[in-house]
Amino acid sequence: MRILKLILKNSLRHKLRTFLTILGMSIAVMAFGVLRTVVEMWYEGVEAAAPNRLITRHAVSFIFPLPYSYREQIAKVPGIETVSFANWFGGTYIDKNKFFARMAVDPETIFDVYPEFIIDAKELETFKRERNSCIVGYEIAKQYGFKIGDIIPLDGDIYPGKWEFVVRGIYKPRTQSTDATQMLFHFSAVDERMKVEMPGREGLIGWYIVKIKDPNQAGTISDQIDALYKNSSNATKTETERAFTQSFISGLNSLLAAMNFVSFVIIGIIMLVLGNTMIMSARERIQEYAVLKTLGFSGGHLIGLILGESLVISAFGAGLGLFLTYPVVATIAAIVPKGFFPYFFITPTTLILSATSALSIGLLASIFPIQRAIGTKIVDGLRHIG
Amino acid sequence: MPNSLIQIQNISKSYWRDSIEIPVLNDITLDVHEGEFLALMGPSGSGKTTLLNLIAGIDRPSKGTITVNGTNIASLSESALAKWRSHNIGFVFQFYNLIPVLTAFENVELPLLLTSLSKANRRKHVELALNVVGLGDRIHHYPKQLSGGQEQRVAIARAIVTDPTLLVADEPTGDLDKRSAEEIMVLLDRLNQEYKKTIVMVTHDPRAAERAHVQRHLDKGELT
Repeated sequence: MRILKLILKNSLRHKLRTFLTILGMSIAVMAFGVLRTVVEMWYEGVEAAAPNRLITRHAVSFIFPLPYSYREQIAKVPGIETVSFANWFGGTYIDKNKFFARMAVDPETIFDVYPEFIIDAKELETFKRERNSCIVGYEIAKQYGFKIGDIIPLDGDIYPGKWEFVVRGIYKPRTQSTDATQMLFHFSAVDERMKVEMPGREGLIGWYIVKIKDPNQAGTISDQIDALYKNSSNATKTETERAFTQSFISGLNSLLAAMNFVSFVIIGIIMLVLGNTMIMSARERIQEYAVLKTLGFSGGHLIGLILGESLVISAFGAGLGLFLTYPVVATIAAIVPKGFFPYFFITPTTLILSATSALSIGLLASIFPIQRAIGTKIVDGLRHIG
Repeated sequence: MPNSLIQIQNISKSYWRDSIEIPVLNDITLDVHEGEFLALMGPSGSGKTTLLNLIAGIDRPSKGTITVNGTNIASLSESALAKWRSHNIGFVFQFYNLIPVLTAFENVELPLLLTSLSKANRRKHVELALNVVGLGDRIHHYPKQLSGGQEQRVAIARAIVTDPTLLVADEPTGDLDKRSAEEIMVLLDRLNQEYKKTIVMVTHDPRAAERAHVQRHLDKGELT
């Protein structure tokens, strides 16, 4: 107990220096936590992908549409439970900064293939019935204040013209990793208008969402679907939702690698900050360590004292840093349009990684001072002037 | 004739500086008897502090043996020597060397943390030691709140709290004014007379040395 008290008192011996070290560490831990959160959120969509969902898209690129007529043929492939589809609508709500995903979908099946979108049965019925209706995710409803009955005006770009959809439901996410930032409306409403205004663009959808009965059959079913259109002008590529999502972020791999690198550079900086403090403290106390050794304290005791002090400082730095990470992440989540990061939260992995990194740094930063304290002969230590 | 507590036989000590051997002590043989108060005197660089450090087991001789209370301390490992020091040696430094962030009580308690004594027993021992040195009313004071003489008395309390066989003091009055120095010497004298502590003291001060039973002089690493 007394040793613990001595560790705490030693930590506070130079209050300003300790405070600045803890502050520096906490800012670095916070920066590390935020960067890790950004990196993890990019990958969170991949992690959250359902194993029993396949995505069938155009073999060349998903920006090329597929014929709506494929739907019935795909549905006949053995092992398939439901076939739905979606179409990226694009458009602008008020201005370009108010970004969220707007999808033209099949209202009859979309909530069957996405059971993690929790919707009230009555709201869903109304949505299915009214062609000009839409359902919005809970997060964008909260962000933009959408309520049932509100009209959301969109300025079309891929599908030119002025569009209006009435909010008839708000879906909630089943888990923290569920995307609750989408606006879903009837594909038929878009398609009908295309038929009239831009003949030739009707009957085309973006991609099929295929719900399968057995995730283990994903490979076989994908091959079977793609085999149907192998020699057509609209050949398909079917893959698991996980692989599909992964292909989205693969273009950002260099950026994510850079962010990963920077986050670990920050860890290096923390180590230098704490290491510097510990080295200064140990140098100032060489004489005291010699006195303790004279009194009979062993190398183990000195290790405990120095390591303990280093861990106390790093623990406070980590604690404060993690405490600061929450409001910073919440602020970023509030500022960045929901569409960019459908979900933005600190994962347990980030918390554990931040805390263990900080404590490991506490451990590493004490190695040199420990080695110096133990390696200095008592007689040399007693002569030392700190 | 009392028994020999310390037997020093033919010890020599050299230091190395950039591959140059610097002899400090040369073939010293000395006996210190139980209950004796020995003053080691000599000019700066004569090797008296080195001899004291060897006796206290905080340095090792280059040659020869040192037996304290029947233990050849030169043959002990570092950890065994640390343990031996905690049981047998009370060390008083010239500059007190108290831990500034600990109170007088906590400083005196430090050596007892290495024992299996309970908290209550530690308290009893610390209070007793501080009362012996006349600082029973200053137990919660920090070193910076004490005068030099008081700090040295706390250091002496720390040295005696484990009831060691031997007290070694390196210039215990060297940093004190005349009056404080006198108080410290009275205290050491009392520890020797009343509590039968064997004391080996290094000093420059002839007045301090007068308190000792035996005075030995060192010059250029040799006892004269």
